[in-house]
Amino acid sequence: MKPSRAHLWFGRAWLAAGYFFLFAPIVSLIVYSFNDSPVPNVWRGFSLRWYEALLQDDDLLASLWLSLKIAFLTACGAVVLGTLAAFTLVKYTRFRGRTVFAGMVSAPLVMPEVVIGLALLLTLVSLQRAIGVPERGMLTIWMGHLLVGMAYATVVIQARLRDLNPQLEEAAMDLGARPHQVFWLVTLPMIAQSLVSAWLLTFTLSLDDVVLAGFLSGPGSTTMPLVILSRARLGLNPGVNAVATVIVVIVAIGVVLASYFIARAERQRSRELAAAARG
Amino acid sequence: MATPAPADPAAAAAAKHRVGLRRLRLPSGRAAVIGVPYVWLLAFFLLPFAVVVKIAVSQMGTVQPEDLLTWADGQLTLRLTFGHFGLIFTDPLYVGTYLRSVQYAALTTVLCLLIGYPFAYFMARARAAVQPVLLMLVMLPFWTSFLLRTYAWKGLLTANGWAHDVIVGSGLDHVLAALGLIATPGQLMNTPFSLVLGMTYTYLPFMVLPLYGNLAKMDLRLLEAAQDLGATPWVAFWRVTVPLSKAGIIAGSMLVFIPCIGEFVIPELLGGPETMMIGRVIWDELFANNDWPMASAVAGLMILLIIVPIALFQKYQAQAQEQRR
Repeated sequence: MKPSRAHLWFGRAWLAAGYFFLFAPIVSLIVYSFNDSPVPNVWRGFSLRWYEALLQDDDLLASLWLSLKIAFLTACGAVVLGTLAAFTLVKYTRFRGRTVFAGMVSAPLVMPEVVIGLALLLTLVSLQRAIGVPERGMLTIWMGHLLVGMAYATVVIQARLRDLNPQLEEAAMDLGARPHQVFWLVTLPMIAQSLVSAWLLTFTLSLDDVVLAGFLSGPGSTTMPLVILSRARLGLNPGVNAVATVIVVIVAIGVVLASYFIARAERQRSRELAAAARG
Repeated sequence: MATPAPADPAAAAAAKHRVGLRRLRLPSGRAAVIGVPYVWLLAFFLLPFAVVVKIAVSQMGTVQPEDLLTWADGQLTLRLTFGHFGLIFTDPLYVGTYLRSVQYAALTTVLCLLIGYPFAYFMARARAAVQPVLLMLVMLPFWTSFLLRTYAWKGLLTANGWAHDVIVGSGLDHVLAALGLIATPGQLMNTPFSLVLGMTYTYLPFMVLPLYGNLAKMDLRLLEAAQDLGATPWVAFWRVTVPLSKAGIIAGSMLVFIPCIGEFVIPELLGGPETMMIGRVIWDELFANNDWPMASAVAGLMILLIIVPIALFQKYQAQAQEQRR
């Protein structure tokens, strides 16, 4: 079936308009971060003044550092818990309470963050009133992010684990490998890319989160999105544009590099598999 | 060696030749692998929800909710109150917020579908070589900060922002005012319009991705068959393509509708005082009024509101995954 010319051009125009809709706001955000005017939205020439101001902005830098620490710990924790959960769901198809487990793993994905934040906050505050810990702050934000991050990590790792050929693990066991050796030497290298993807995904999610951090942060533990939100609430702020540009550029580079290396490793692996198959 | 766990009869029947190997798995390792994430989820997911339910039926004390069970003078008393739920249903403020949230979420879902369906369709029918690039371009905004993308619209829609200038310059703002999406022409920010636009923008990829996944796997020979049987492309589209993509449409719609109901950040940045949604009510009850039971009751009802969409999503998501096999 050959699409007609009109159909073809309509399709192209729709896609172009759609991508314009998706990217125009981000591009203008970046362009206006180089605006030399203190009045937002009025262009007055190129300048780096907002980037210089950024370097002096101690509040923002402190919050950035906190956010990076939380994001790093969240990503590491989420990959560990996500691997265990994915392994449980794929390999252990029958155990008592599996349905409850599967439901709990995926529930944070669809549950509104406001509800998760509220539930965790009320629990942690009740706990704190009863036994004195935990103080609201970095630890509690990390717990919230880890709960949601684990759900995302599980989905990513589970998809990979499900596609694995079980014969490879069985062959290793036939050859006398202990279960933990099979895991570390056979399974883990094969799911390594999905672990990297999951790590990056949960890192960016944590770095971006406002709602959970808003509920779970305490005095003196303000993450960067909270600082940005409180400034953005007050109105347009060219400084926010500069921060935005820095984050967008770093994340874009990270994603492009990661997908490049993942694609390369994937090709390498399929070449090796093909070579092995040829014997 | 530890005693091997008794092999499960169904699994054994399914994979007789593997039974011997399965028995070699370390039982203690298995318990730890399952146990660690299980306990974590029980403590940080199930328990908190039990706490919310408990607090929703408690009376608020001066600092924290009173205990449900009290032991006084040798008597155990249980006090439950459903007054908070009653108040939600009778107070027009709460009822109005729920209705508004549903309305905005539904409008956003429809807009995402109207923009996203053709988008995903043309992506799926593009040349195979460009499809990965198109897909990555849809996912890229996904990776850039959601907060910052919302903030970007604030700049575009306030006076002198170019989107503002285009809409006001072309007279579209009078149309929006006639539709009731903005109060006065020329004033786009902090209106239902800016709120719904922001949500549509943010959640569009959530609609496009499942639809693309579905449409890209469609068997195009079915369309050829329809045309051979005399259907025009338009008829073939409506009678073949659309019904076959039903699972994608429902999964995508629920993926937009569910988070929109609980949306907090977008109404904060792009909405106005008259576009308050449920998320903000929960926040205010907790932090401004310090009324834990009320916040919990509002949150509980919100979950009830999205439980059917979640069930629909799970069902059609599973179906879409089945098709992929």
